[in-house]
This record gives sequence, C-alpha cells and structure tokens, in this order.
Amino acid sequence: MTREQTVLDDVSRIAGVRSALLVSAEDGIVVAESTLEGEETAAVAALAGNLARRLGGLTQALTHPDLNLVLLQATLGQLFIAFGGTGLLLVALTDPDVNIGQVRLGLFDAAGRLN
Amino acid sequence: MTDDIGAMTAKLAADPSSLVFLPLAEALRQRGQLDAALTVAARGTARYPEVAEAHALVARIRSDRGEGDAAFDAWTTALRLDADHAAAHKGLAFLAYRAADWRRSLMHLTRAAELSPGDASLAAAAERIRGIVAQEEPPVVPPVVVPEPPEGRPATEAGPMLLLDLKGRALTGRVSRPDGSEASDAVAAALAGISKEAERIARLLGLGEWRAIAMEGAPANYEVRAPTPETLLLVFRGREVPAGRLSRIADKAVLTARQWLEEVE
Repeated sequence: MTREQTVLDDVSRIAGVRSALLVSAEDGIVVAESTLEGEETAAVAALAGNLARRLGGLTQALTHPDLNLVLLQATLGQLFIAFGGTGLLLVALTDPDVNIGQVRLGLFDAAGRLN
Repeated sequence: MTDDIGAMTAKLAADPSSLVFLPLAEALRQRGQLDAALTVAARGTARYPEVAEAHALVARIRSDRGEGDAAFDAWTTALRLDADHAAAHKGLAFLAYRAADWRRSLMHLTRAAELSPGDASLAAAAERIRGIVAQEEPPVVPPVVVPEPPEGRPATEAGPMLLLDLKGRALTGRVSRPDGSEASDAVAAALAGISKEAERIARLLGLGEWRAIAMEGAPANYEVRAPTPETLLLVFRGREVPAGRLSRIADKAVLTARQWLEEVE
C-alpha cells in the first residue's frame, strides 16, 4: 500500500466521511482515493478542483495568500477541499452531520504527512 | 396511510425520477417523520430544481423542524419559480410574523389573500396585522454596510462584508485589500459564478441544496452565503475570529441583507 493510500484511508475512517481523494489541483484528476463503494470519485475530483480554482479568484482580488481549506456545506452532504503544498488537493466528501472540526484536522494532518 | 407510504416508497424506489416523492414526503411530514420527509423531499428537489411545489414541500418540512432560516430559503426559491405561489406567500408571512416583522408579514399575507380569495382566514389575519402596522412607526432598517474595524482593534461583529448580485456587481458593503485599496468590484466579479458552481456541484454530487461556502486562509476566515437566490454575501474576518463564530456572524448578516433587499426592492 502506498503512503498516499495509507493517509487517505486514515481520513476515510473518520465517522461520516464517504470518500477521501488526492486530486491534482491543476486539472482535477484523481491521484489516489479511498472511498465507499458506489461513490463517483472522478466527478468529485473534477468538481472540487474547479471550485478550488474559482475561489482562488477571491484571494487574488483581495491580494491575500492562497486558501488552506474550502468547505461547501449542503443539506445532504459536505465537500471539504484542503490545499496541499505540492499542487495537490485533499478532498473529502462527507455526510451532512459530520464533525467538521475532526475532518478539518484530519485533512490538515494528512496534508502534512504527504508534504 | 402506512400502506400508502409503503406503496409510494416502493414506486419511488422502482422509478427514482417519479414525482411520487411529493405526496410521499408530504405523507411522511404529516406523520411527523420529518427526517425521512426531508430526505425524500431534498432528493426530489435536487432532481427537479425547477418545480416550485418541491421547494414549498421542503419549506413546510423545514418549518415543522423549527428551521426558520432554511424554510425561508425554500419558500423564496418557490416564489422565484412561481411568483403567484399562495402557500409560499403564506409561509413567508408566517415566518415574518414570528420575527415580528409586521410589514413584511402583511405584504405576503395580502398577496396570499389575493391569490386565495376563498380563504377568509388569510384576509382576517391580514386585517389584524394591518392594525398592528398602523400603530407602529416605520421601522428603521439597519444598513448592511458595516465599517471595517479601526486599525489595532480586534475584529468582532463589525468587519468587511459585501453583498453582490449574480452578475458580479457589488450591491452594498465594502471590502479592501491589506494596503487599503478598494477591492469590492474585483471581489464581486471573482465571486459572480460561485453560486451557480456551488449549485451545480451540490446537484451533481447529490448533496441537496448548498447552504454556505466556508474558507480558511492564512490571514482570514471567509464565508459565502446566498441571502436570496439572486444575491451572494461575502463575510470575512481575521483568523482571531474562529470559523464557528464567523458562521454566526454570517447568519446575522444574511438576515440584515434580506431586510435591506426588501427595503430597496
């Protein structure tokens, strides 16, 4: 098992996490994944990559540094996107009532281990 | 009713595109199974985002769950799709009444009564509220513009926020760059398509309706909301304001923005 897979498996073991993915920030392609059966990871990766790029426009307009984390909250689930330092995004798709703080820390820890 | 629910559940399972989710969710709501009702209704709404009745159904369930803010969102979406949706006007009138916003309640009740001339209770309720309004001074609506805190003072409730339309135009509020230069127009332009993007992602990933986009950066926490389907609100604060608190600040800002929008429209 690769280091990436081990890290993603740790994230996906957090209660409420349906999928954990490592995604290329530039093109939204899945690099590695740990997911429940049936989850469509390619779509998640592409959409997360696109959202991350678009929100980069906000920090550029404000001349702020890049974002570390994005969380899209919706009625039936949540999409977490953590920015790794190596052109990669750590993405987690979760249930709506997940422990946000735990997933956030899990993603940051994972990003640190992958750097 | 249990048999009906069973039959409708089976029909929906066999054909997820069926509109049977409408009576099924309503039947579950009437039985008090609000979680199940919401799940069915939210999935149906995600599949049929242009059906006003689906959003009205979500609004009724949200209202039963005591989730006034989410109910408001769903009722306004129903109205956006069908401006003459009597139940949506009635629902919004109730929410405004509960918030002691008599004028808004009266506006929606009057319209609901016009749309349902056979419902005498609506006209009677409108008349009662008209009496309350007549005794009141015109309300002072606080502006959504909140000044940035003076330098050296911790950012708390006051701070940068910007209300914009979906065409990338600033409506009110102000945000600036660290060097003090105005950034409102640039930020409005950058966020213009975010609402549609969030809606698209939520729909394609089966996440239901999007509620907020929270972001963390090195200097600040940010939150984007949609006070109405046609507007976006950006609120951000320095990292000394934690994300959870920023979310509550955003809750209040959304309400203020809605009041401001009703006042100017």
